[in-house]
Amino acid sequence: MTETVVDFPKNFKKALGDGQLRHNLRAAMDTLGMRRRTLFSDLDVFEKLRERGDAIRQRALRQLPELLERLEQKCTENGMQVHWAETPAEANAICLEIIQKHNATRVIKGKSMVSEEMHLNHFLDERGIEALETDLGEYIIQLDHETPSHIIVPAIHKNRDQIAQLFHDKIPNTPYTEVVEELNAIARQVLREKFFAGEVGVSGVNFAVAETGTLCLVENEGNGRMCTTAPPVHIAIMGIEKVLERLEDVPPLLRLLTGSATGQLITTYFNMISSPRKPGEKDGPKEVHLVLLDNGRSKIWADPELRHTLKCIRCGTCLNHCPVYTRLGGHAYGYVYPGPIGSILTPQIEGLKNAGAMATASTFCGACEEVCPVKIPITDILRRLRTESYDQDETPNSVKDHGHKLNATESLTWKGWAFSNATPWFNALNAKLLGLAGPLLPKLPAVGIVKKWSQSRALPTFAAKSLHVLAKEKGIRDE
Amino acid sequence: MSEARANILNRLRHSARPQPTITEPEAAPAPPLSQADKVAQLKQRMEAMHAEVIITNSGDWTTALKAVLRQRSLNGLLYAPHSPIGVMLSEGWDSDLPPLVAYEQSVEDCKERLFTIDAGITSTQGGLADVGALILWPTPDEPRLMSLAPAVHIAVLEASKIHDSLASAMRTERWAERMPTNALLISGPSKTADIELVLTFGVHGPKELIVLVLND
Repeated sequence: MTETVVDFPKNFKKALGDGQLRHNLRAAMDTLGMRRRTLFSDLDVFEKLRERGDAIRQRALRQLPELLERLEQKCTENGMQVHWAETPAEANAICLEIIQKHNATRVIKGKSMVSEEMHLNHFLDERGIEALETDLGEYIIQLDHETPSHIIVPAIHKNRDQIAQLFHDKIPNTPYTEVVEELNAIARQVLREKFFAGEVGVSGVNFAVAETGTLCLVENEGNGRMCTTAPPVHIAIMGIEKVLERLEDVPPLLRLLTGSATGQLITTYFNMISSPRKPGEKDGPKEVHLVLLDNGRSKIWADPELRHTLKCIRCGTCLNHCPVYTRLGGHAYGYVYPGPIGSILTPQIEGLKNAGAMATASTFCGACEEVCPVKIPITDILRRLRTESYDQDETPNSVKDHGHKLNATESLTWKGWAFSNATPWFNALNAKLLGLAGPLLPKLPAVGIVKKWSQSRALPTFAAKSLHVLAKEKGIRDE
Repeated sequence: MSEARANILNRLRHSARPQPTITEPEAAPAPPLSQADKVAQLKQRMEAMHAEVIITNSGDWTTALKAVLRQRSLNGLLYAPHSPIGVMLSEGWDSDLPPLVAYEQSVEDCKERLFTIDAGITSTQGGLADVGALILWPTPDEPRLMSLAPAVHIAVLEASKIHDSLASAMRTERWAERMPTNALLISGPSKTADIELVLTFGVHGPKELIVLVLND
């Protein structure tokens, strides 16, 4: 993955200054939020449903090692081939080996966030293999050499004019048109030939059912079915956390996923794959491979609080409701997973030094938590990650780069703050002194160690009398 | 990569510590629907998703089908000659209708035909009333691409096979014991909203979905 430290202030400034981006995002996020509210209009019903979703995901995670083994066993019995990868590099190597074994150079892909995590397209491209995204949104951004800016609607940062120009520039013999139906028809025509000729199909997995060895895919366009049906080989890639215990766990989660993501009762297609083509069957891939990727998930899993991160079903609704995301879009975050879920997941995978700043991209308004279909305690985890950057006491479950921001000045300042607040006479003295000297204090200079703090904040005006003193004067009992 | 497998499982086992079990709330029981209600609900929901739902009966559904076909100009209808509906179709096909094209070879030998024919007809495993969707379990006779590659998908649904919900279909039909190679839920023609969230129909899957609901 990206090794460079992301320059958030610079990214944020750029995103906030992009009027077109803000306009495109605002409209889309409001619409998605409204559609979700319409579907989950009965809050009691929604609350009960998400309590079930939460419980199902927790039950699955509690038995994660056993369920992964059962999934492997069931899938193998069903005729699939199961592969395990600790790192994105290993997962890429597994995919490459399968593709090369079949002498394939044309890979068609359904939407998969895990494959984005692996940078699979780039990896294959460097080895002379075309990996073509076939979801319309993903296709659009791939044409423009971009990454998704949203988990569910990856090209939402672009408007139709920008897409019209892109198609006109990049697809041979394509006239400029801003009519959405026509743009859609252009993509259909181009991609249909690719579906016809694709040699290997790659997809993600929304849920994997251990009980039956079934891979579930949720989609609207039909490209996911194409990628998993038309080519002779199908490679499905999933994070190890996506496993469910029982088939009957699927319906409530499916409702929560489609409702939270786009406000749909159900998507056009719900595709459940349990085996490769059986003798006598006329189509479907002859080989189905399942790649299980860890990439830091087993470490996250070890910590009871951080484990909640892994309940996520990637509906993206926390993005749509986040006051930070809706103004910045996904690219400013600099990593594959943006928004609230990205801000808790990415630092745990990439480490606090590179991605810890993502946890500061929050107002702690808690909207993400209110809408989360599986009740991930996002703000608690954000707070935990912020603390871990400065904390001293490292444990085996600590996040990578624990305490990397620890420095003597800040430690001393906060120790002094803690002492003052825990020592009534000292606190009273400080309040009095600040009240007296406050008006005389100079503006905090924007230099040296205080620069980062002072350049964006004004010094508060200290009152002559503290609230504590005022209360005492009014005769309110001091306890 | 069996080393990766051992390492991942070791890490999970090594750090495993007892987690409190949480009680799982039961699904709120919904009152069972009559068949007529289920048909009405499915029709309403699927039409909202731009499917065309035609209520007919097992006696003359082929008449309804032929009317649908005559309204359109189609280069052929892909069908499964050995399925029950396929047998009925081949018995009384009129010459003015789009020719019936059998899906009899494996995809490798007829892929071009599958991707160029205008329409395909399949039976269904059932339907879901609460969300408005068809259940398809493709079979050797009725393969997976029949409901995907042609631009028009016509599906035949027996009203008695409509379930209240996915959960009840899974339970009453014991899916967990007998999952097929591929099971599908289909709620309408393919669609996308990836450009400015503008909903458009007919992306990579069928542009039209026509459902013939057969009352007994």
